[in-house]
Amino acid sequence: MTNFAELSTEDRLKHLQGTLAKRHAKEKRLKTYGIIAITFAITFLVVLLTTVVSNGYTALQQTEMRLALDIPVEELVDENGTIDLKKSADFNWSGMLKKSLRKNFPEVKGMMDRRNLSDLLSANAGYELRQDLEKMGRIDRPSGYFWVKTSDDVDMLMKGRMSRDIPEDQRRLSNVQIGWVDQLVDQGAIRKVFNKSFFTKADSREPESAGILGAVVGSALALIVTVVFALPLAVMAAIYLEYFAKPGRVTDLIEVNINNLAAVPSIVFGLLGLAVFLGFFGMPRSAPLVGGMVLALMTLPTIIIATRASIRAVPSSIRDAALGIGASPMQAALDHVLPLAAPGILTGTIIGLAQALGETAPLIMIGMVAFIVDVPDGLTSPATALPVQIFIWSDSAERAFYERSSLAIVCLLLFLIVMNLTAVILRKKLERKW
Amino acid sequence: MRITHIIAGLAMSVAVVGAAHARDQISIVGSSTVYPFATIVAEKFGQSSGFKTPVIESTGSGGGMKLFCAGVGLEHPDITNASRAMKSKEAKLCESNGVEFQEFIVGNDGLAFANANTAQKFEISIAHIAAALAAELPGGGVSNVSNMGANQLMTWDQVDEFVAMRGGAKVGLPNLPISVMVPPPTSGTRDATGSLFMKNGFKKLGIEGKGYKNLREDGLAIEMGENDALIVEKLVADPNMFGIFGFSFFDQNRDKVQASIVDGVELNFDNIASYEYPGARPLFFYVKKQHVGVVPGMKEFINEFVSEKAMGIDGYLFPAGLVPLSEEDFAKQAAARDSL
Repeated sequence: MTNFAELSTEDRLKHLQGTLAKRHAKEKRLKTYGIIAITFAITFLVVLLTTVVSNGYTALQQTEMRLALDIPVEELVDENGTIDLKKSADFNWSGMLKKSLRKNFPEVKGMMDRRNLSDLLSANAGYELRQDLEKMGRIDRPSGYFWVKTSDDVDMLMKGRMSRDIPEDQRRLSNVQIGWVDQLVDQGAIRKVFNKSFFTKADSREPESAGILGAVVGSALALIVTVVFALPLAVMAAIYLEYFAKPGRVTDLIEVNINNLAAVPSIVFGLLGLAVFLGFFGMPRSAPLVGGMVLALMTLPTIIIATRASIRAVPSSIRDAALGIGASPMQAALDHVLPLAAPGILTGTIIGLAQALGETAPLIMIGMVAFIVDVPDGLTSPATALPVQIFIWSDSAERAFYERSSLAIVCLLLFLIVMNLTAVILRKKLERKW
Repeated sequence: MRITHIIAGLAMSVAVVGAAHARDQISIVGSSTVYPFATIVAEKFGQSSGFKTPVIESTGSGGGMKLFCAGVGLEHPDITNASRAMKSKEAKLCESNGVEFQEFIVGNDGLAFANANTAQKFEISIAHIAAALAAELPGGGVSNVSNMGANQLMTWDQVDEFVAMRGGAKVGLPNLPISVMVPPPTSGTRDATGSLFMKNGFKKLGIEGKGYKNLREDGLAIEMGENDALIVEKLVADPNMFGIFGFSFFDQNRDKVQASIVDGVELNFDNIASYEYPGARPLFFYVKKQHVGVVPGMKEFINEFVSEKAMGIDGYLFPAGLVPLSEEDFAKQAAARDSL
């Protein structure tokens, strides 16, 4: 080690020039490491996104089959020509569709063959036709061509997700069934349309009529509850801790615990919800109200921490000035500091909510991980959440649920992007520099 | 001032919801093996009956029993599914909480011992499966002494040797590492694995005691969650792996996985129905008697489930992989249904 101070200016310069190359190399290396790290992260992200999107985009389409129907109107309507719900409930809708399909294949005889042919139709096709007509109230066009959904197996075949090359006993559709589908294709009686059900229906056991609407509504309801509970509580807690709490052991303890709470695994909040909300208060299982409250507990620390940070970022001169001209501490906090801290609080809240939107673990305990067919219509009606729906579908045996869960993941990601983007924009727009 | 009002409002709404909560749809919990069948019935029921579609949670048989037996009242579930019969401990819990229940058998299922299609198809006996999965074997599985030691069998041909040593027949297993995914302890499929494969396997091996209850924990028997789809994915990814899961899942994924022949019997509908397949087992659901007539649609739902058109050979659960009951067994269920 050379002692710098003892060297002459010339020698110093020489020494520095000698180490310069080394230092430059070091800097370059650090930069390279950084680039490698970023490339890694981006590669994984791209791989993840491409797999999800390439698995999921086909779920945007649904295969339909054309059937010539002749609906017996007189069996279904009352004297005014509107559909009688009772008669409609008794009518064998799916039988009518099957009969029409059989007319296309007059050569198909025998119990087993006829059943195999019916398997090409969606099990819910009859029910959905009935619902559509009941919604319209009357049957304007009783006979003619109708498009109805095919079964998920045909859907998979048409989308190329079922291989024709593997042995017949390993395939969900037999050679004969595939022959029938090919005939229908030749007749132009098969088409792929936009999968509306995916966005307008809730869960179903038939992949072709399963959708995410129920889960989206459930998530939205739960998040509303989360905001309503978490935001005021968190802001009040933060203001108290910043301005009113006397510094001391107790305040320190509270502070440490809040920071700790932010790192507690989310399943613990689920257990807490089960014990307190369901066990003690006797609130209903599977309700978004309870889900929202559990998620509120989970996001509380995040919002408290964000709020405190943004309150601290407001210059103390603002508060001092307010207090100086005679405002009470409460007025200073609520009327002067809080509005200026609002952008930061909002961003913290949105990020907390985005976290809550992606949670499943705490919802398992309170029964929101369930098969629910009806779109929830209130805070206490049973509901799932979007990530839960993905979890349930990815665990289903039917292959068609695989692409649907991928598409649901894309939707969830879109929601998250929108929320995080809003946070960024809000921050950019409302932020004030001092 | 306003903030205090909001807090008061929130607290009140919580109290109100807690007090005045009435449920107008059936709540079902329990086995993930019965879940696919129960959900199909529930959806049909919702479409045709005019009642609300039941809400079904997949909690595993053990978890379902715990919730089901917790008490009588609308905050507790009405029905629990199970892939094994109720244990006496659980029946006692039900009794102590005043829960009266009725058992129904839904149909039959078979435990698949499966690996990827791309791998060699195994012909195996339950003695082999038990020896491969047990935590302890006589002499650790490598020496012919009778005191138990930690299972040291690492490959399938070693298992074959061990079975031959215990007086069983060799089946010609390859020199491949043992790696089997087993269900978690809360699962009824785990209990069925214990009683059908492990217990009977130990009997065949002539091993006394309760050692069959413990599966090895050295990483060769891998405990998986209730996610069967994940098991299938893993099997496809690793041809050396085996998995244990229900028949319906195997049936839906025939293009990816194959079921081993166990004790010379193929896994298929007929062999499960006749109980020739050693992994065949009944599936159950339990109904809380006190809730029948209280929760709307209970009776109607049970009528829908326990019917020829659902459970029968021509029923809509058959294509989903439920093996129908024999006629006399079905008659018993129908009688129990009518007596509710």
